[in-house]
Amino acid sequence: MIIKALSADRTISWVVASFAILAIVGLMVPNWVLNGTMFGLARGLAVLGLLVLWRTGLVSFGHALYFGLGAYAVALLEKYTGVSDVFVRLAVALATAAAVGFMLGFVLRNHRGIFFAMLSLAFSMVLYGVLIKSEALGSTDGFSVSQTTILGWQPETKYPLFLTIILTGVVAAVGMQIYFRSALGHLTTAVRDNEIRVEYLGYSVAQAIHIKYVLSAALTGAAGGLFAMALGQVDPDSMVNWTVSGELVFISILSGPGSVAAPFIGAVAFEFLRTFAFELAPHAWQLIVGGTLLGIILFLPRGLWSLIERLPMRQERDRE
Amino acid sequence: MNNAHSVLRIRDLNKSFAGIVAAKNINTDIKPGEVVGIIGANGAGKTVFVNMITGYLKPTSGLIEFEGRNITGIEPRNATHIGVSRSFQISQVFMSMTVMNNLLVAISLANRDSCSLLRPLNSPRRVRECERVMECYQLLKYRDQVAGTLAQGVRKLLDIAMAVVSKPRLLLLDEPTSGVSIDEKFDLMDIVVNALKEQGTAVLFVEHDMDIVQRYVDRIMAFYQGEIICDAPPELALRDAKVIEYVLGFRHGTEQVDDRPKEPRHA
Repeated sequence: MIIKALSADRTISWVVASFAILAIVGLMVPNWVLNGTMFGLARGLAVLGLLVLWRTGLVSFGHALYFGLGAYAVALLEKYTGVSDVFVRLAVALATAAAVGFMLGFVLRNHRGIFFAMLSLAFSMVLYGVLIKSEALGSTDGFSVSQTTILGWQPETKYPLFLTIILTGVVAAVGMQIYFRSALGHLTTAVRDNEIRVEYLGYSVAQAIHIKYVLSAALTGAAGGLFAMALGQVDPDSMVNWTVSGELVFISILSGPGSVAAPFIGAVAFEFLRTFAFELAPHAWQLIVGGTLLGIILFLPRGLWSLIERLPMRQERDRE
Repeated sequence: MNNAHSVLRIRDLNKSFAGIVAAKNINTDIKPGEVVGIIGANGAGKTVFVNMITGYLKPTSGLIEFEGRNITGIEPRNATHIGVSRSFQISQVFMSMTVMNNLLVAISLANRDSCSLLRPLNSPRRVRECERVMECYQLLKYRDQVAGTLAQGVRKLLDIAMAVVSKPRLLLLDEPTSGVSIDEKFDLMDIVVNALKEQGTAVLFVEHDMDIVQRYVDRIMAFYQGEIICDAPPELALRDAKVIEYVLGFRHGTEQVDDRPKEPRHA
């Protein structure tokens, strides 16, 4: 019954099909492509978290906080308990970020616009400051993260982890699609459009934003955990610094808010764009990346996803 | 108790802002299904009065009872759930959403089933319910139009429709015809008043247009400097000497020095 209801949603069936194809393609590509795709998909999950807030009209400039919390949760779990199982790691990363998101949510739910953005940035920089000053937490070097095991099995290649990231991505994207379709999900647009009306219709705007914030933190935390597993290490500069938050916002703009699939496409594109830019111009790669963002904002204000929206077969489908 | 049948009972309501009196000893009762017009010049305290009933402003002192229950100082979102709704002087709709989605969100919040995650917003039951409301308010032809592109009058209708989906027993309309062209005013009020009569909703509405007031209300409450200076059926109220001097006189162009307290603007 539920399966039938879900497959009726075109976005869901497309997302599941695309991820399945990606899983097969993953078997055939060289290692560096597999790695890049893993990093991309993990970041995509974090950007999906930002999308939840973006649709409510909120931009967080501090989501590296949750990305870092997820990553460090995985590393510290291993350091203190030795657990390296993928499911435990993922659950701990998600739960840590969600718990912190729940607490900070009480403060952030009362702020909008630039205040919301800057306050999130401030919170993330507090974590950054704590991490680089504390020896016990690895200081500026961070920790290495050992290879992920799956229910006691230690895989030889990275493919099983790749598959795990894909599965998490599918579950998250489908879950978010269901959420966006629901009444609670439509409240995102409603809150962005008119908070007073939402209050007078009998719903607390602060509560709505709080729920979205925790959801967003949980997704980004899970993403950080997966990223740490894929990279095999955690450190403050590539996980918690404000540049990481900036990157996530960058990818959001690159992807566009159009669909739950967009963040994954945008993040993988970003990953390879950066790789090639670095290859092409090791000293000026930022110029290429920045130029791309400029191009996107000027010519594709709704991001890469708008290219897919323009595909002829999609337009036909929409006309039906 | 002779007031047992009132929907709304207000006793000795006072409100002052930093020494300026915006409501002074207001006493009144509203009966079920009654349509009451609130008139008064700008700054007379009409909107303050409405805002106190829906909880947007807390009164300095006094009692507000809805169906025998003390609701003084209630939160606006709780007011909605016990049966008091309002519409706005400037339509407060979700501008980037379609008329249908505006109503769907309103209905799901009113029914408090916003938490069911698996059911899409546009479930068949909700859609049917919304279509019924749209028919009552003649909105069906705008069903899939984005609210931001609607004409003022239609947007006003949508605003009111969103306020009534929760089936309130008391509805407060803040200047329902402001910003609506003269030709559309009566059509709009006909639609709204007829729809509400069917539901038996008591209506309290602020209005500047005396033709509208005269035609639709059972009773007029005239405000001046935060006080009710007259509370009577329209044919008596509009002939009242005080009403003519302080409310209507002003409208006929008699220049007066505006020394009335400023009404705080709400959104």
